[in-house]
This record gives sequence, C-alpha cells and structure tokens, in this order.
Amino acid sequence: MGSSSPVVVLRDAVVLVSGFPLLSGVNLELAAGSLSVVTGANGAGKTSLLRLLGGLAALSSGAGVVSGIDLRGGDLRELRRRVGWLGHEGSFYDDLSAYENLAFAAKALERPLSEIPTVLERVGLASRASTIARQLSAGQRRRLGLAWLLLRRPELWLLDEPYASLDEEGRTFFDQLIGDVIRGGATVVLSAHDPLRSSSLGPRTLTLAGGLVVEDRS
Amino acid sequence: MIRIALLVAAKDLRIERRSRVLLWQVLPFGAMALVLCGLALGPQHAGHSSAGPGLFYLVMLLVALLVINRSQVIEGSPGTKASVATLGLDPAGVFLGKALALMVELWLMGVVLLAGSVLLLHTALVGTLSALPSVLVTLAALSAAGALYGALSGGGQGPATLLPVLSFPAFAPLLIAGERSFSAALHGGALWQWWVISLVALAAYVALGILLYGVLEES
Repeated sequence: MGSSSPVVVLRDAVVLVSGFPLLSGVNLELAAGSLSVVTGANGAGKTSLLRLLGGLAALSSGAGVVSGIDLRGGDLRELRRRVGWLGHEGSFYDDLSAYENLAFAAKALERPLSEIPTVLERVGLASRASTIARQLSAGQRRRLGLAWLLLRRPELWLLDEPYASLDEEGRTFFDQLIGDVIRGGATVVLSAHDPLRSSSLGPRTLTLAGGLVVEDRS
Repeated sequence: MIRIALLVAAKDLRIERRSRVLLWQVLPFGAMALVLCGLALGPQHAGHSSAGPGLFYLVMLLVALLVINRSQVIEGSPGTKASVATLGLDPAGVFLGKALALMVELWLMGVVLLAGSVLLLHTALVGTLSALPSVLVTLAALSAAGALYGALSGGGQGPATLLPVLSFPAFAPLLIAGERSFSAALHGGALWQWWVISLVALAAYVALGILLYGVLEES
C-alpha cells in the first residue's frame, strides 16, 4: 500500500439516471497507491461507481472529491485527464491498428511516439502493432487497453471488469502489471465478479448491492 | 485547438478510408438517388427543368445525414467514449476536427455527385463547373452544422431519426442558398448573394460549434 492520504472521498454519493438511482448513497475513502476491488451482482452499481470516480457520471447528491477535484462544481475535464479508463466494451477505435490507436493517444497527450513500441512490448503486442483493433482477440484487446493506459500513466486507474475474457495467462499477466502500477504509486480501482481474484496483491474488497457498499474488507 | 482539430480529422479520415463505407455504401446510395431523381424528371424534362440543382442538394442532404451519423458512430461505443474523454481533448478542437473531416468527405461526394448530375440530370457542364465554388462553400457550412447537430442528436447513440429531425431546420437555409446559387450559375442570376449567405452561415456554425461543442458533449 502507498501513503494513507485519500485520493477518493465520497460522502452519501448518489448517482441518478432518469430518476433511477444507480448509486444510492455511497460512503468511501480510498488511499493513494492502493488497490480496491469492487464486486457485486450485475446492476449493483460497480460500473456506475467507477464512472463517478472518473468524472464520467454526474454526482446527483452527496459530496465527493477525487484527486483533489470536487465532483460537484470542480473541473471534471481536468479530473478525466488524471484518470485512466479500461472498459469491458473496448477502449479504442476499432478501425485503427494497435499502433495507430496508441499514436492517437500519444499525439493528443503530446507524448513522444517512441514510447509506443516499448509499451506494446510491455503488454505483449509488439508483433500485433499493425493489426486492426477489431481483428484482435478479446484478450489482446484488453492488453491494448492496458497499453493505452501505460502510455497515459494516469494517477487513478479505473478498470471495469478487466478479467472478463482473459485466460489464466492473461489474468496472471494482468495481476503482475497491476502490481507494478501500484508499486509505481498509482491508485487502482477495478470491478470484478470474483472477489478472490488479485488476492495476492492484498486488495481492499468493496461489495456493492443496490447502489450501496454493503461490505468493506481489507 | 488546431493541433487537436488536425489530429481528430486525420483519425476520422483514416477510419473512413479503411472502412470504405463511404466508397461502397454511401456513394452508391447517392448515385442511386440521383438516378431515381433523373427517372422522376423523365427524359423530356431532364436538362430543361430547373429542378436539377434542387435535386442535387436533396441527394446531398441524404448523403450528408449518412456521413454525419457515421462520423458520430465512430465515437459512439461506451468504452471509446469514456477512454477518449479521459484524454481531455479540447472540445473546440474536436468539433473543428470532426467538421473538417466531414467537409473533406462531403466535398468528395459533392464532386462525384455533381458529375453525376451532369450525366443523369443533364445540368449544363459549364454552369455546373461555375457552381462548384458555391457548392464547396455550402457543403463546408453543412459540415460545420452537421458536426454540431451530430453531437446534439446523441453522438451516434440517439434514435436514428433524431438527427434528420433536429438538423433539417438548420440545414434548410443552407440548402436553399446552395440551390439558388447553383441555379444562378446554370441559368443566370444573383450568384454572389447566395454564395455570401453560405459563407456567413459557415462562419456562424463554426463559431457556434467552437462555443457549444463542449457543452453538448457534457450533456
């Protein structure tokens, strides 16, 4: 674990979409440099919690501060720049190659393109650099999403069901990479159906049900 | 802003070039629509009718709606949207990039369909060529308006009918100005006045897009 200063503070956080509560009053503090696994049944609010933390969903009531930015009235665009998102749907342009996707992100962030081969090597996609994203397997697509995040080096990693579609080798690789990221000082919050996954990393496990944190185990 | 605009435009154009949707789907659709317009006019009236410019712009409107919708669908999947949002791109730059890519696509379509209108609607070649600058300006204005209304209609995730319903009131003055200047080029008349209207509309939609695109994205 890293330092104990909280990178996330939520107080009675409620997220409503069309009047329906996706989060019903979440109270939460996450320390910087920590790993938290959010579990729960489908519809429990896992993705909504991650989206709220990334400034991708609006806080309807309650209070929240993420990476020092107030979720109500703060600069959400600046917050988004500080987080990295890996969704289970894919996180890039399907008609661009792996290299082109990363080049787009690198140019947008004014990072040197020379970092891309290193990042692709790191996630085991060096030989697939010119493959169109839609032609990659589910596991490779997940690795490309990770490459996108490695290139960006965000403070807060938000990973929505990252283990889905991964084989055992992929899961092990993923665990190793997450371990490296945390040791590097970043904070990781991931959602997963299996709370035992990543237990080797000593995660804090938050169980959600009905948009509320019903169990919090360290 | 300009750097992001060029980045987004290059990305959109690369995706379109690779997917070949414009070449194999939208362009044949536009050509078929022109053929149908030619058939509707009938052989006696084609070339003699004043309907040619209006029919050209009607086909361009249909093509533009497809292209604008496609431009938004590229960004539409939830994962892509969230990931790109975390890049923190300048919304004004994104708007300009989207509009720029749309403009290039519509210009290509417009040039091909103008040639089609000479062949199928028998518009006079010299008049059609002299209408080309005004057509390009009108299509540029349509692109700027389309990028704005594409975002307004839900970014490729809204109902398919929303874009035409929302955008038609905005597109109508552009189409009228375009049709009038095309007609003036063919049959004589006040070409420049309509040209200027399209130019002013282009400037207005670019300014609106730069100001409002970020708000639309957030909403």
